[in-house]
Amino acid sequence: MGLQAYLMLSAVVFCLGLFGTITRRNTVGILLGIELMLNAVNINLVAFSRFRGVDVGMVFTLFAICITVAEIALGLAIVILLFRTRRTATADHIDWLKG
Amino acid sequence: MMADPVTLALVALLLPAAAFLVIGVLPPLRRAGRIAAWFSIACMTGAFASALLTWRAFGAVGEPIHAAWSWLPSAAGPFATVGVLVDAQSTSMLLLVTLVALLVQIYSTCYLSDEPQPALGRYYALQSLFAFSMLGVVLAPNLLQLFMCWELVGVCSCLLVGFWYTKPAAARAALKAFWTTKAGDVGLLIGIVLLHGITGTFDLLQLRQMAESNQIVATGIPFGLSLITFCLYLGAAGKSAQFPLHVWLPDAMEGPTPVSALIHAATMVTAGVYLLTRTEWLFALTPDVLAIVAWNGALTALLAAVLACVQTDIKRVLAYSTVSQLGYMMAAIGAGFASAGFFHLLTHGIFKALLFLGAGAVIHAVGSNDVADMGRLARKMPQTAIVFLVGTLSLAGVPVFAGFVSKEEVLGAVLAGGFTGPFVMLLIGAFLTAFYMFRVVFLAFFGGRRLEVGGRRIPDPRSTALHPPSSVRGHDTAHHGHGVGGAEHAHDAPFLMTGPLWVLALIAMAIGIYFTLHVTHGEFESPIWLTPVAVVAALSGILLAWLTYERRIVSADALAALFGPIRRAAIAKFWLDDIYLGLYRHVLLTFSRAIGWIDRYLVDGVLNVISAWTLDGGDRLRRMQTGKVQDYVWAVGLGLLALMAWIGVSW
Repeated sequence: MGLQAYLMLSAVVFCLGLFGTITRRNTVGILLGIELMLNAVNINLVAFSRFRGVDVGMVFTLFAICITVAEIALGLAIVILLFRTRRTATADHIDWLKG
Repeated sequence: MMADPVTLALVALLLPAAAFLVIGVLPPLRRAGRIAAWFSIACMTGAFASALLTWRAFGAVGEPIHAAWSWLPSAAGPFATVGVLVDAQSTSMLLLVTLVALLVQIYSTCYLSDEPQPALGRYYALQSLFAFSMLGVVLAPNLLQLFMCWELVGVCSCLLVGFWYTKPAAARAALKAFWTTKAGDVGLLIGIVLLHGITGTFDLLQLRQMAESNQIVATGIPFGLSLITFCLYLGAAGKSAQFPLHVWLPDAMEGPTPVSALIHAATMVTAGVYLLTRTEWLFALTPDVLAIVAWNGALTALLAAVLACVQTDIKRVLAYSTVSQLGYMMAAIGAGFASAGFFHLLTHGIFKALLFLGAGAVIHAVGSNDVADMGRLARKMPQTAIVFLVGTLSLAGVPVFAGFVSKEEVLGAVLAGGFTGPFVMLLIGAFLTAFYMFRVVFLAFFGGRRLEVGGRRIPDPRSTALHPPSSVRGHDTAHHGHGVGGAEHAHDAPFLMTGPLWVLALIAMAIGIYFTLHVTHGEFESPIWLTPVAVVAALSGILLAWLTYERRIVSADALAALFGPIRRAAIAKFWLDDIYLGLYRHVLLTFSRAIGWIDRYLVDGVLNVISAWTLDGGDRLRRMQTGKVQDYVWAVGLGLLALMAWIGVSW
């Protein structure tokens, strides 16, 4: 399999993630979508690293995974707080950004 | 010890300013009116003394002394300077202004003794400010300083005319005085600026040198130099009450009588004449404007004399007479002999101040301005009657009195200038002057055959026949506790009032006698028949007044019928006030309404529409902000796509 296939996979996963992020009603689902997009990026990094023989890409991927974990932990904490204060986890009901 | 004339002139100029500042800045002093009054008088005495010394010191030098200090700096030397110009004209005016101002201030302590103390303090602060600004006009070495002081004088006039500002008529008169003179002042400012534009200087001496060496070239101005001199004349016409801008002066009589004597007879109204005298070399370059000055001056003199004949308010008679005499001065200047006009200015300043102060004494005693309320006052107020008679004889131009010499100068000047028409008008004016002044004298001071039935006087037929509908009765009376007794209980005023009257009367006599004995033949030759003709005109006016109002041989009603249309026109003040009112109501207000409509509906409308659109657009755009994160992600995604598409296309 060539680089092309990995890139295609990465693009598909990214689009799935984007679609999920935009369409899911549940905030946990949105977080899952974001996670998918991040992992698509990780696939990209690993694929390029492998095909070009530069190991730095792998290191960066590990780094990104760590940050993702932290980010998800934070995101889930926010969702839980939201649910506690507002009794809802549905994205449509959360519109305080409105000007 | 002889001090420097410049220093002395500065002392005379700044003492009244100091008095104004001290009275103005220290409220306790201002509220203690009587102390403020004497403080102001003390400063004025100092100013008069230094004016006298300036005059003497200048007499020793004999040449114009110019002293100026830089005021507004600019790259090429000072743009504007302030200072003093001491020459023959300014020293004479300095003497006149300080003398009359001093006497008027002394007189006012008694005349306004019933005023509340704070009002008296305000009065004296304004009097001092007026004296300072008038001296500033007189001593100004450049047109800019002259203009500033000119405006200050106008402000003081407005404030002093409106001294009894709670009286609606006085408040209106003050505004009218201010706006009418303002109309002329705009012209003056334009003239000064245009003149600076072509010469680059405000300085009178420099301008004079340029004018005399024909260096003033008016390029790029329509009508050239004539426009400039005409603009200057406009300012002078407003201040010096020339037709048709004279309407403010009779109304300004609403102010206290001493104010009328100082501002509206002796000093401020002569500022216009003085300005023209100062710039005669400039006017000499524009004979067409000079002709306008002469004709309009003669017209003013004649019309105002006619108007004075139908007035029954003693102060209004004097006011119109002032307008008329200012017309004489202007006519002489227009004829090209400014010195004659200036001479008349000086003598007129003395005897008109005398007449006004005399009238003030009468009003003070009788409690009314109307000559119909007076009569046979000569017996009750002998001193006032004598000095008033001296003033009247001066004004009428009877030989040996001050006005005779100067009026003849004016008549000779107008004739020598080749203005036969104005000369005839002025001659008729001289006849009328004698007539209306002696009409007042006979009605107020003599009136031998006045009938009295059961203590009630039968009204004088003339005064009822000629009573102008708008006559303001009981002018100053509202503010005077005494004088209620009317003519029956009138008596001479205390010394503080009669003293200044005697001083002025003696000066008027002295000037008259001096110049009758030392006949000076100046720049022009008068024909030999001039003196007899002028004297006959004056004497016949007196005779007619005597026959009509003293002996009652000539019926006043018959006289009135003889000049019916003219009389009606004069009572209506030649409809000038109506014309101005009509212009104001129909032209100015309509114009203002149109402008107001344009402002309200066109200018504001456009702005309102734009702001409404902005608000509406903002409101619509706001809906885009749902506040939901997912919508923003949509926008980010679409933006990303658009960016990629754009990059792809431009690749």
